[in-house]
Amino acid sequence: MEKIIEILHLSKTFGTHEVLKDINFSVDKGEVVCIIGSSGSGKSTLLRCINLLEKPSGGKIIYKGKNMLEGNHDIYAYRTKLGMVFQQFNLFNNHNVLNNCTVGQIKVLKRSKEEAEKVAMKYLQVVGMEQYINAKPKQLSGGQKQRVAIARALSMEPDVMLFDEPTSSLDPELVEEVLKVMQKLAQTGLTMLIVTHEMEFAKEVSDRVVFMDKGVIEEEGTPEQIFNNPVKERTREFLRRTLK
Amino acid sequence: MSFEQIIRITLKYWPMFLRGAGMTLLISITGTIIGFFIGLLVGVIRSVPIPESGVKKLILKCINAFLNAYVEVFRGTPMIVQATVIYYGSAQALGLDMDKLTAAFLIVSINTGAYMAEIVRGGIVSIDKGQFEAAHAVGMNHMQTMVNVILPQVIRNILPATGNEFVINIKDTSVLNVISVTELFFQTKSIVGNNYKYFETFFIASVIYFVMTFTVTRILRYLERKIDGPENFTVIGNPVQI
Repeated sequence: MEKIIEILHLSKTFGTHEVLKDINFSVDKGEVVCIIGSSGSGKSTLLRCINLLEKPSGGKIIYKGKNMLEGNHDIYAYRTKLGMVFQQFNLFNNHNVLNNCTVGQIKVLKRSKEEAEKVAMKYLQVVGMEQYINAKPKQLSGGQKQRVAIARALSMEPDVMLFDEPTSSLDPELVEEVLKVMQKLAQTGLTMLIVTHEMEFAKEVSDRVVFMDKGVIEEEGTPEQIFNNPVKERTREFLRRTLK
Repeated sequence: MSFEQIIRITLKYWPMFLRGAGMTLLISITGTIIGFFIGLLVGVIRSVPIPESGVKKLILKCINAFLNAYVEVFRGTPMIVQATVIYYGSAQALGLDMDKLTAAFLIVSINTGAYMAEIVRGGIVSIDKGQFEAAHAVGMNHMQTMVNVILPQVIRNILPATGNEFVINIKDTSVLNVISVTELFFQTKSIVGNNYKYFETFFIASVIYFVMTFTVTRILRYLERKIDGPENFTVIGNPVQI
């Protein structure tokens, strides 16, 4: 399997607080990996370190054989290869739905307007938001916003999609529509790294589940292993609490 | 004093009032627009994240110190003093023969620029951090983030404050009479020098000032609504269940 991203001995500290300690893991091409764990375990920080929104304190992030934390790599070009979906959607408030999906393509990837719109429409159809291209973010519901945010990230045609708790700030009845879209994407062979609290979803879609606790990867394995036969006591305790 | 006299003065001196009002508008519009761009530029430069080390850090720190000094000095001194220092000072100390109108544009612009820089800074700070992160996540650098995502939102948000600056400028250009710029206050003073009717003549001037500021506020309000766009949007085709 071709490794898309490999993380070696990654650490991150905020002041004296160690959020990530010696993280080692990798994502293969076409793999869907879910990261689970309680709040404050460092899941989101890990994801944000991967696309360098947070600067890691130590370790290596290997992308295409190169360590992104060393030397003068073009971190902007690197970020276009990682699609990011945020908990708070973060759609560009000054752009309508279509332009949210095209502005990055035009300004960063230097695609023509026509091409960018074609690509954007393709992905807006995937998330079922093609009817709303004229709407401004403030006119959409949370679920709709998140679907547009997914289309925006897909429009950059990244190697891997990062989802940072994509359903955590949604009303319960809107969670479903976003998870459905993500499920659909997982089936297309897209590489996905998902931080989530949706255990049922993680069980269904992932090829691999990573359980994080207190800044370390406590346990990882197939969904069957993690959910049915967890080895570590901490994993068992976490699952007992979250699965009731 | 009487209403008739106000009419009589208006009829007799309207070309002078008109020229004065025109000059006031010209200086305040130019000053506000140039000041607005100075403010944007200063605000954006001051928002550039400072690198951790290297020559770039030093250069950026020097530029920031200079810009801070500019903002503090021009906000902290009266425009009437700035006008005198710049216009007469440059003539006496530097031997520069500055055109009065050029001096007027310069003074109002850099004065407005200092205020606008702070307004823009506040505007940038008020934008949600998520907007920056989302822009960075699609690979935009600082400049692209600013131009394509942040500044359009900042400009919308600071429009009321900019309108405020414009209104202040219309009124405060009157201090430029100290360097004999023939704006409305200067013209009114000249008229009074002829007719000694202080109340009537300055009453006319105040009406003109008010009409100008009121019109400007209305236009800016309209502009705000224009930028906000329509309340509704059109759904294209029939919504499909996903």
